Amino acid sequence: MPDSTIQGYIHSTESCGTVDGPGIRYVIFMQGCPLRCQYCHNPDTWKLQDGRIVTAGQLVSEAGKYKSYMRFSGGGVTVSGGEPLLQSEFVQTFFRLCHEEGISTALDTAGSVPLDRCRAVLEHTDLVLLDIKHMDPDRYRDLTAGALAPTLEFARYLQEQKIPTWIRYVLVPGLTDQEEGLHRLGAFLQPMENIQRVDLLPFHKLGEYKWKTLQYPYTLWETPEPTKAQIAEAAAILRQYGVPLQSPS
Amino acid sequence: MRPEWTGFTEGHWTSTIDVRNFIQRNYTPYEGDDSFLEGPTNRTEALWADVRKLMDEEHKRGILDAETKIPSSITSHGPGYLDKEKEQIVGFQTDAPLKRGIMPKGGIRMVENALSAFGYELDPSTKTIYTEYRKTHNDGVFDAYTDDMRKARHSGIITGLPDAYGRGRIIGDYRRVALYGVDFLIEQKKQDKKLMDPNYMDSPVIRQREEISEQIRALAELKEMAASYGFDISRPAANAKEAIQWTYFAYLGAIKEQDGAAMSLGRVSTFLDIYIQRDLEAGVLTEVEAQELMDHFVMKLRMVRFLRTPSYNELFSGDPTWVTESIGGMGLDCRTLVTKNSFRILHTLYNLGPAPEPNLTVLWSEHLPDGFKQFCAKVSVDTSSIQYENDDLMREYWGDDYGIACCVSAMRIGKQMQFFGARANLAKALLYAINGGKDEKSGDQVGPLFAPITGDYLDYDQVMDRFDQILDWLSNLYINTLNIIHYMHDKYCYERLQMALHDNDILRTSACGIAGLSVVADSLSAIKYAKVKVIRNEAGLAVDYDVEGEYPAFGNNDDRVDSIACDIVERFMNKLRKHKTYRESIPTLSILTITSNVVYGKKTGCTPDGRKAGEPFAPGANPMHGRDKNGAIASMSSVAKLPYEHSQDGISYTFSIVPGALGKSKQERIQNLCGLLDGYFHDEGHHINVNVFDRETLIDAMDHPEKYPQLTIRVSGYAVNFIKLTREQQLDVIHRTFHEHA
Repeated sequence: MPDSTIQGYIHSTESCGTVDGPGIRYVIFMQGCPLRCQYCHNPDTWKLQDGRIVTAGQLVSEAGKYKSYMRFSGGGVTVSGGEPLLQSEFVQTFFRLCHEEGISTALDTAGSVPLDRCRAVLEHTDLVLLDIKHMDPDRYRDLTAGALAPTLEFARYLQEQKIPTWIRYVLVPGLTDQEEGLHRLGAFLQPMENIQRVDLLPFHKLGEYKWKTLQYPYTLWETPEPTKAQIAEAAAILRQYGVPLQSPS
Repeated sequence: MRPEWTGFTEGHWTSTIDVRNFIQRNYTPYEGDDSFLEGPTNRTEALWADVRKLMDEEHKRGILDAETKIPSSITSHGPGYLDKEKEQIVGFQTDAPLKRGIMPKGGIRMVENALSAFGYELDPSTKTIYTEYRKTHNDGVFDAYTDDMRKARHSGIITGLPDAYGRGRIIGDYRRVALYGVDFLIEQKKQDKKLMDPNYMDSPVIRQREEISEQIRALAELKEMAASYGFDISRPAANAKEAIQWTYFAYLGAIKEQDGAAMSLGRVSTFLDIYIQRDLEAGVLTEVEAQELMDHFVMKLRMVRFLRTPSYNELFSGDPTWVTESIGGMGLDCRTLVTKNSFRILHTLYNLGPAPEPNLTVLWSEHLPDGFKQFCAKVSVDTSSIQYENDDLMREYWGDDYGIACCVSAMRIGKQMQFFGARANLAKALLYAINGGKDEKSGDQVGPLFAPITGDYLDYDQVMDRFDQILDWLSNLYINTLNIIHYMHDKYCYERLQMALHDNDILRTSACGIAGLSVVADSLSAIKYAKVKVIRNEAGLAVDYDVEGEYPAFGNNDDRVDSIACDIVERFMNKLRKHKTYRESIPTLSILTITSNVVYGKKTGCTPDGRKAGEPFAPGANPMHGRDKNGAIASMSSVAKLPYEHSQDGISYTFSIVPGALGKSKQERIQNLCGLLDGYFHDEGHHINVNVFDRETLIDAMDHPEKYPQLTIRVSGYAVNFIKLTREQQLDVIHRTFHEHA
């Protein structure tokens, strides 16, 4: 039996999530992240202890209030972050409780946590939203201060387990839009049949104020949002590999 | 069978007035999508361009023109045309488009002030008639008002009362004229009158006999008015064009004789579909022509005008008329009442562009056909011009042939009416509870005299105890005030034609209302869960409050405060139920402010939730701006908890979301909006206005109104043309919670 009193650190919740998985979703932003992405729009979720403590049981009864909306729209819950897998036991319990309630689960992760800690969570995950920050290991490290290898290992495990997956790739001019990296991404995803959708997310500047408030050093003040043409070019590369690319809007 | 009824299936409706039975026997449910719809004809485009020109001119001048001498009646003016060659549906309230009539029976002062505000002068002989020879509703009411009522009205604890103009919110069953023709209706009324012949003639019977006589006279005038346009409506309509024209004439007669705040249309589109379908099947009408008829009908409905004073406009801005048309819904036999004409009337928002009127209201059910749901959501995403109400909830109360009057008030068409009662300011009532019945702004003793609360910090139980007593007083005063208003309205400003299009025995409700629900709920929550320190002036009057600590605010799906909001609604409703009402009407309650939330806020001092004096309330049942922090659905869920059982006149919620927060692609937005509506209504939310646009669009429209002539937004139960709002109201709309996180 899952222990519904297990505690987790969360940043916040959103009752009307419509972009983190299908339908209308109750989104939980977990606190804590091992990565330090230069373009992060939620830097306020980095430090674990800055979060609010809740139990998995509380969170399920909160999410359960929105079952009607989930049912009619084909939605569910999405655990995002931060990096939810940093608190994998908590997420695992939460997801298991959701399934007991008939609520569909999605995990929004960068896969940057050792796989051993993730397997149990994935048993109760209906959909993974996997952020791949870059396909070049060096650039990945520059960009995120983390390693690419665990993400790739994570992605291969998803493929092996046939877990439905959406890939998300943030397009930042000058940082992640090199042709070579995009080709590597296309080639990597091409054979994976569990991938239902690939989203190319244009970098946006809406989270910049948070860096200022937190007094973290931000390096992208001068970086523009990608133009429509830049997005189209990147999309064209990915399309060559026949991946299910969602047309960027 | 009448020759006009050829091809229709017979039923109870053939011998007795029973429009519902006619619809049930003859309509064709439509479960497909919007692909059959047709665009505007050249004629439609040319006519609409003419109308737009007139409307631009009207916007510049305030009004286009007004009558100054002859009071408006069914036959007083006309015929009037826009372009006789092109118009497929004809008829104006006066002899020219957009020219406003005067209706002094409600009150001559209102007419005089409104005319002079726009630079017109009331003809002295007309003024003499309505001051020296013919008493008005307004005069009657003030003859009977008590001192307490005058004080309550003046302080604004009860306000928006229809005591100086027509009460409105009555829906005539305009379809009856098309289905039966006027002669049959007159015959039925004569029979009704014969039955009203008891052994003892007491005043209710005498009143009703006189009323029926007036109704018969009004029906005869309606025939005369139609004849002036060259139509004989003594007989039933024989085809689609006639059915629309007859229905419109009936409605036109009503708005020539009454200028009630809300003059709603009812539920005509599915009824009209029966005629359109018959003509389409007979090959005498094409889809293009059918759409043209509906476009021209709607064009007329967009041109309904009443003469209003500037102070009225401050309350209900944007020149609303609430020509509410209820669309869709499900039948008691589980067939959908959606027809192709439900699509056509919504499609006018594309053919003529977005507009606030008619007030298109979709009766939503989770069982509606998917194609219709998707089309509605698409129209909302594109135009922000429609509102939704919960058919699954209302059908249990009102059957499957009800319509919405004004914004959220459901009534069985032709079988029910309401005595419109505007609303009581409950936030102010709470302040009276704290100040011992004294008004927080003037210091006057408006409420009953009792000891004010004197402690430094407010105690929940003590405040609730006093608040409960104030609500006892307020509910009694409120019902009595309405009793006077509606007695006088029946006497001096009776709706002859609209009531002629009702059954003889009808259900009447006394439609009370409240404003400031979320302010009160948050104030009580602050007192209970945080600490609220009272700041008093030299006279000892509590004029400000310091909130120490956090409190759960309404709109976050938090039962601690949501239960307080529900309790207030039920508590006040139960108090209203105790009082004796005029004509045995049943008290009901709405949670609706329309745009008057700005004015109510202006008239109300600081409140214990931290809201400062003069700041607007949230509209209707909405959470206070910016306090709903858990996203759109948490906010909707709080509102959905408010009990319809105790608020049967409707619970209005206005929802604004930026397109991106509904999803990435248009198709996702449509799907998610459908899911949102299904979820909200499944959880028993009653009403929702849906706005889908960016805050930036509104800011740009404030600065460059010329770029947005048709920008329509939903406010509280109705839609307005954004550029017609006062600057203050525009800012209020912009400051409201926009759900922008996805």
